[in-house]
Amino acid sequence: MTLKLGVPSKGRLMEKTFDWFAARGITLERTGSEREYAGRVEGIEGIGLMLLSAGEVPRELAAGNIHLGVTGTDLVQEKLALWDQQVEPLAELGFGHADLILAVPQAWIDVDTLDDLDAAAAAFREKHGFRMRIATKYHRLVRDHLRTHGVADYALVDSQGATEGTVANETAEAVADITSSGQTLRANHLKQLSDEPILQSQATLWRSRVAEMDSGDEQALNALLARL
Amino acid sequence: MPTRSQTLAKANALRGMFETQGAVLVEPPILQPAGTLLDLYGEDIRARAYVTSDALRGEQMLRPDFTVPVVQMHMADGAEPARYTYAGEVFRRQEHDPDRANEYVQVGYEVFDRTDPAGADAEVFALIASALDGLPVTPVTGDIGVLMAAVDGLQTTQRRKAALMRHIWRPRRFRQMLHRFAGQTPIPATRAALLAGDVITDAPLIGLRSAAEIGARVQALHDDAAAPPITGDEVDLIEALLGLRETLPFALTRLHDLAMDLPAISSAVARIDARAQALAARGVAIDQLMFDASYGRSQMEYYDGFVFGFRAEGRPDLPSIAGGGRYDALTRRLGQGAEIPAVGGVMRPGLMLELEAAR
Repeated sequence: MTLKLGVPSKGRLMEKTFDWFAARGITLERTGSEREYAGRVEGIEGIGLMLLSAGEVPRELAAGNIHLGVTGTDLVQEKLALWDQQVEPLAELGFGHADLILAVPQAWIDVDTLDDLDAAAAAFREKHGFRMRIATKYHRLVRDHLRTHGVADYALVDSQGATEGTVANETAEAVADITSSGQTLRANHLKQLSDEPILQSQATLWRSRVAEMDSGDEQALNALLARL
Repeated sequence: MPTRSQTLAKANALRGMFETQGAVLVEPPILQPAGTLLDLYGEDIRARAYVTSDALRGEQMLRPDFTVPVVQMHMADGAEPARYTYAGEVFRRQEHDPDRANEYVQVGYEVFDRTDPAGADAEVFALIASALDGLPVTPVTGDIGVLMAAVDGLQTTQRRKAALMRHIWRPRRFRQMLHRFAGQTPIPATRAALLAGDVITDAPLIGLRSAAEIGARVQALHDDAAAPPITGDEVDLIEALLGLRETLPFALTRLHDLAMDLPAISSAVARIDARAQALAARGVAIDQLMFDASYGRSQMEYYDGFVFGFRAEGRPDLPSIAGGGRYDALTRRLGQGAEIPAVGGVMRPGLMLELEAAR
């Protein structure tokens, strides 16, 4: 058996993850061609590398198909119910910082807080006959957050990409999305509400609480933990 | 744990009891159009109900309760007065507590009768209480109507009352708003800047919400800032009402006292009085019956009068074994102009069997 480590398969997230492990004397390498999602681990015994989409890492951890995985807090909390019973954070990797935030048009000078959003939503529903639409792909996190803060008269509409464009396209009135610098928001004439973000996320190394381990896997895990 | 067939047998027996009271058996479909439920409950219902869809009928929900379809059916073609009973599965998503069932059997009884609301309240409560007789359960009652009447009677603007009324089912938010309208919480800096006219923008207006709508809300904020705060005395009265938790006779004494300072609640209090007498006439021991003015506020937001529930003694892990209430406003919303006073309640035969087995 090998201890299976799932890592994002492309882009900066993959490179930075490779760098983070390299700084700890562990070399992660993609094998074969650029298009092949297989990998190799050197510098530590008994660990195997699997390259996955960052969005699949939570599910694979929860299913016990991988023992360890690197992905954002946002994806773990959105995709896994009772996430802390299924996975355990081992280390925050210090990159991939992103906040899940609510944003509205900059021209809405009367809306700055969730409180304002709630009042505007009530008036909007009365005027337009339907609930204020918030575009997002983080349905669970956003709904829980709005319920906790007593916001009513909104509806979530699904947006899996280019979410910031939905307001100008009039398919939503507000958005809830991940932002790191806020540049995309500004470019789309949106502003973040001044309340705390719904979630502050960063790339994190997780351990599955359900993946089966033999004694060799435990040795490999302990050897890894000693390097963190 | 009782088997499914034991639970269904129990459900049939309970339903039979309601049928002997003259209730008509109804069997709403398991798949309900999602639109009605979304319109009533908003996005929150998606966290509680299973949603599915097909290309022809669009979004459907596995029925999270029977009351809404029964009301729709009655409002469409029911003769009155009417009594209905039903038994069957309801489905609730459980994303936070794996020990709560996501599918369970409910038996219910709904009364549509405009002649004697207090009598109908007592009828539903007493029938369910008698079905639970001998089980280790404790009833608690409440009344959302008295709180609504108190809000309606506040010496403040219609807009503030409407805002409070809208959040009556969200206790935390309700309290925040009450304290803000009473000037007891500081105004956020950004709000102060907006009111001072210091917030300007040259950003292009995008989306459906128009400049007129933004302007109207800014004006509403100015009006609100100019309106006198809700007085501390009134806040104290509302707090006293929300904190009221006594046996029914003592609660009524307190409510009559509160009504001296808050005359707007007088008729709601009179209705509680009439209900207490109707309950006593049906043999309910009202001297021990708890009245909790905040009861039912964080549940489904259609109850607007009498509310009640039965909790298992020593089993705080279990949900209510039975519960219900009055939902006059729901018949108005689903009745397209028509309305009828209505009250109902449900029981969970599976949990009843569990309690019986534990004895």
